[in-house]
Parts: sequence; C-alpha cells; structure tokens
Amino acid sequence: MTDLALDKPVPPNAAEPNRTAPAARRGTVRPSPTALGVGLLLAVAFGLLPLVGSEYLFDAILTPFLALALAGLGLNILTGYAGQVSLGSAAFMAVGAYAAFNLSLRLPGLPFVVDILLAGLVAAAVGLVFGLPSLRLRGFYLAVSTLAAQFFVQWVFNKVGWFSNNSPSGIVTVPPLSVAGLALDGSVGRYLFALSVVSVVTLVVWRLVDSPTGRALAALRDHETAARVIGLPVLRLKLLAFAVSSFIIGVAGVLWAFAYLRTVEPAGFNLDRSFQILFIVIIGGLASLRGAFLGAALIVVFPLALARLGETLLGGLFDSGVLEMSQRIVLGLLIIAFLIAEPAGLSALLDRLWRRVAGRLAALCSALCSRFASNRSA
Amino acid sequence: MTATPSEAVRIEPRSTQPQAAPAALAVDGLSLSFGGVTALNGVSFTVAAGEIRAVIGPNGAGKSSLLNAVSGLYRPDSGRVWLGGHSFAAVPTDRLAALGVSRTFQNLALFKGLSVLDNVAAGLTHRLRAGVLAQVIGLPTARRERADAYDRAEALLAFLHLEDARDRPVGTLPYGVQKRVELARALVARPRLLLLDEPMAGMTLTEKQELTGCIRAARDDLGATVVLIEHDIGVVMGLSDRIAVLDYGRLIGDGTPEAIRNNQAVIDAYLGVAHDLEAGEGI
Repeated sequence: MTDLALDKPVPPNAAEPNRTAPAARRGTVRPSPTALGVGLLLAVAFGLLPLVGSEYLFDAILTPFLALALAGLGLNILTGYAGQVSLGSAAFMAVGAYAAFNLSLRLPGLPFVVDILLAGLVAAAVGLVFGLPSLRLRGFYLAVSTLAAQFFVQWVFNKVGWFSNNSPSGIVTVPPLSVAGLALDGSVGRYLFALSVVSVVTLVVWRLVDSPTGRALAALRDHETAARVIGLPVLRLKLLAFAVSSFIIGVAGVLWAFAYLRTVEPAGFNLDRSFQILFIVIIGGLASLRGAFLGAALIVVFPLALARLGETLLGGLFDSGVLEMSQRIVLGLLIIAFLIAEPAGLSALLDRLWRRVAGRLAALCSALCSRFASNRSA
Repeated sequence: MTATPSEAVRIEPRSTQPQAAPAALAVDGLSLSFGGVTALNGVSFTVAAGEIRAVIGPNGAGKSSLLNAVSGLYRPDSGRVWLGGHSFAAVPTDRLAALGVSRTFQNLALFKGLSVLDNVAAGLTHRLRAGVLAQVIGLPTARRERADAYDRAEALLAFLHLEDARDRPVGTLPYGVQKRVELARALVARPRLLLLDEPMAGMTLTEKQELTGCIRAARDDLGATVVLIEHDIGVVMGLSDRIAVLDYGRLIGDGTPEAIRNNQAVIDAYLGVAHDLEAGEGI
C-alpha cells in the first residue's frame, strides 16, 4: 500500500466522474442465478441424495465422480488458467494417496483432516520439483517433461516397499475413514466426506481464480512476454500454479484411495489416469470451474451408460473386452468431435444451450402475454 | 551520459521542464546483431524527461530492435541503456515496471481471455503487496489494494474513453479499440517512460487522430515521457518534440521535426523529395 500512496495523485479530470459509479456496478457483477444454482446443487447433494440414493449410486458413480472432478479442478488451474500442460496428474494423485496412507499408518495420532492437508502439501512439494522444467520449457516440451513425473513416481512406489508398508502384493488397504471420532466407512459417509472436501476446495479455488493472482495466471497463459513486461513474477507464478495444482490433485488422490477404492496400488495411478484427467479438463472446458465437474460426470457416467446400453442391445455378445474397446473408441470419437465442434468444452455448450432456452422461454412468455392482452382488449 | 545515480530520486516528469530535465532514457553505443544481420550499430541518443520522441526509419532499420533492447527483450552485444538513473548492459525485463517503464507491442499483446478491465488492472498487479493467501481469504488489506487497483483501472478506461468496453472479453473488440486497451494497460501504472511500438499501425484516420490526442494527454496529464515508433510521417511531425531516424541500424538523424524534414541524409534514406512526401504521406 505504501508504494501506491507514493504514486502521483490521479488527475481530477481523469478520475473523479467515474470513481463511484463503476464501483457500485461491480457489486452486481456476480450473477445471482449462478449462486442460486450452486446453492440448489449443494442442497440436493448434501440433503436429498443421502436420503434417497442407493449404495451403487454412491460407490460406483458419485464418489469416483467427486474425486475425479477434484483432480480435474486441480489440473485446470495449471492447464486451463496458467496455460502449462501436464501429463503427470496421476503421479500427484499417487503421491497424495501414499502420503495420506503413510501418515495415517505411521502417525496414528493425527486427525485425518490434518493427514489430508499434509498429503496435499507433500504432493505440492513434489509438483514444485517437477514444475521446475516449466521455467525453461513450454508446450509439448513441458508436457514431455511432466511425463517424467508420471513414470518416475510410479516406479518409486513400485520399487520402494516402505511406501506400501512392505506389502508383498504392493496393494495396501487403507484404514477406514473416520473424522473427529465419527466413523464414515459406509457408502453415504464416504460420499459425504468426499463431497465436503470437494466443496471446500472448490470454494478456495473459486476465490483464487477470481483474485488478482488468478488473473495474473491467466495473463501468463495468454501472453507471457507481456506478463513479464508489466512486472508479473512469471517464474513464481508458474511454480505457484504447479504447487497449488498438485496440492489439489494430491487431495483428489486421497479421496480416490480413502473414499472410493479403499486400497492403494501404483497401477491405479498410471498414465491412463493422467490422460483421463486431462480429458476431463478438455471435455469439460479449460479455465472453467464448472467444466471440471461436467467433464468428470461424462467420464464417469459414460462407461456405465455404454455398458448398460451394450448389454440391452447385444446381450451376451457384449462382454467386458468388447466393452473396454468400445469405450476407448467412442470416447476418442467424442473428444475429436468436441475439439472440432466446441473447443471451449461442455461448459460453453451448456452456456449456449442455456441462452437458447432462456431466449425461447422469454419469446414464449412475451408471445403469450401479448396474446393474453389482445384477447382481453377484444 | 547525462544520468547519474543522484538523479534517480528526482525523475518526476511533470515537475521539470523538458530542456533542463535529466534524461528519461539514454542509449549509448547500442549494438545488436542476429547472426550476420546487424540490427543496431552503435546507436546513441537521449530522451529528455517529458518529451515525446519519435523513432522513424524504413522497414528493417532497427526501430523495434531498439525498443526491445530498451525493454530487455533483446540483450545488446555492446553499449548501455540508462533508465531512471540506472545503467544496464542488459535491461532486466522483470524490473521494468518497477523502474517506471511500460510498453506496448507492434502486434497486440493483450490477455485475450480476460476482460478489458482485468487487462488494464493487470498493469497494477506488480504493486500488490498482499500474498496469495491474503487474497484468497479476502483480508481487508488485500481487498483494499484490489479495489484501489480497479478504481485506477476504471479511471484510465474513462481517460481513454473505453468505459463501454469495460466488461467485454478483449479478444472480441475491434482492432483499434484493442490497441487503446493496450495503451491503457501500459499507462495504468503511471509510467515515467512509455514505449510505443507502432501504436497506430492499421488504424483509420479518425482512430489515429483520437490516439494522437491520447498520447499527448498521456504526456501532458499523466506526466509520461513517450518514445514511439511510427510510420505515419504526418502524425510524427505533428506529435513529436524530437525525432530520431534510424537506417540500417544506424542513427542518421536526430532533432526537431523541422530539422529532420530538412536533413539531407534523412530525405535520401526515408522521406524522399518533397513532392514524394506529399504523395506518400501516411506510408
């Protein structure tokens, strides 16, 4: 602040007339329909679903959806907002999951919420290290260097038995989830826990991308040279993006392991998972918070829907091998179609649909009103 | 060179007369080459505080290279750049904003995904003191800083008549307006030195006249020393206090518009003879 105070006073002709009016307008920038929609969604997710949902809905759909949406949110900060490509998301999920497992195993006194935070910090630290190449590399070259994270981390967890408590199979079962003495090991409990974590993190991310730092990240993405010239700390911003993104992806890994699978194994965090998270971000929409959720919903629901559809249409012919193959093919086609038709993703598609529906509704309303009015006058 | 460390503290352009003022910018023997191509060859000149200085010359004369060397995007092979009383062999781009220098680019360098207001406010982000956490939590200092930055950005939008475009994504605006947004972003931090690389390229006559007024106002009302590269000789003659002419990386003329108009070397290299100037005005 002091250095702003030192600045020359704004010349009266330039400043005064507009000082108050726009400030008043700024209060109304946030559209209330969004707030209403989010409120409604939260009410349904927290209040209604736990009462009516089946175990299948929580275990097979909602909980993995939440974990993947969170991972997508984390990657979106790095790729969508800061413009740095990463193919190592699953590695940071693995770091988070293994860190939380080892913390709960080796420091049993710590509350689980602290475990999660620490696991996120460990993932952030690892992300920071693998983010260092971003200071020199861009685009494809950076993407390839983040692949190193993917392969290195998976190799370490396979190689060093200590991380999986020397389990001979390499697969470890995580302790049942409990927060503040409250056992959350049922389907609903694990779902509610994941939902709470995702809600809190999403709120924080929303605040972050809306802050001057969030804008600075977007500036860095859109024009790095201009960002440097106007004095943005480009290197620090890049590392910050890597750290925050990895933190969130690490927390997503904890949810994946503790709330969804209840086991941890390195193979669960392979390159396929990294691509899956990248697809979530691309399909959902880059630089859109909603996009991560929409993309994750599609990625989780789509294979299940396809399996059901194949079963009904083809019966016995549609075995798991065919299913897996057709999943890949259809998903690939879907991504291509998306990149061509709507590069801005599901989020933009939804916006467009909404505008069209709202426009139709408005037109319909005014037509009805005018007919009503003319009827009355006649 | 004219600038000495003691002058670093009094670089308030408005408080000084152009003639008596210390240099806002000086380049001394600047040379730069790319492979075998010489972009700048021992260029030296001084820009007094509070002056509007044009840099002209044929295509490939080294004008943009000069600006890029001054803003640290290129590292000169030899020579020094004096900015605000500091001398640099290579100007640190990261410190440019802190040194009170801002610039625009020949091809638009806006943040396409952000609104006009956010683009302009970004020009003040380097001054924010609140950390990320304070911003996310929304501590009072962070909120005050931010509100202050946006107030200043709004004031500048008004100054450059951009209020109507305020919330538009900058990529959706016409070219001329985008150019003005970039000028607003450069001006919002109240630079002591403003470097403009072809601010009027591709503009209509009306847009050029408007922008000429804006540049003059930037000097007169906001106290910025202006260095601009421009091809429109009509604009240059009317707007600038002094003109530097580059040709093949060398400084071939430096002086008032009147002196430049009559400088034989400049006429031969760039302006052409008088009747050609009339015909080719606005090249």
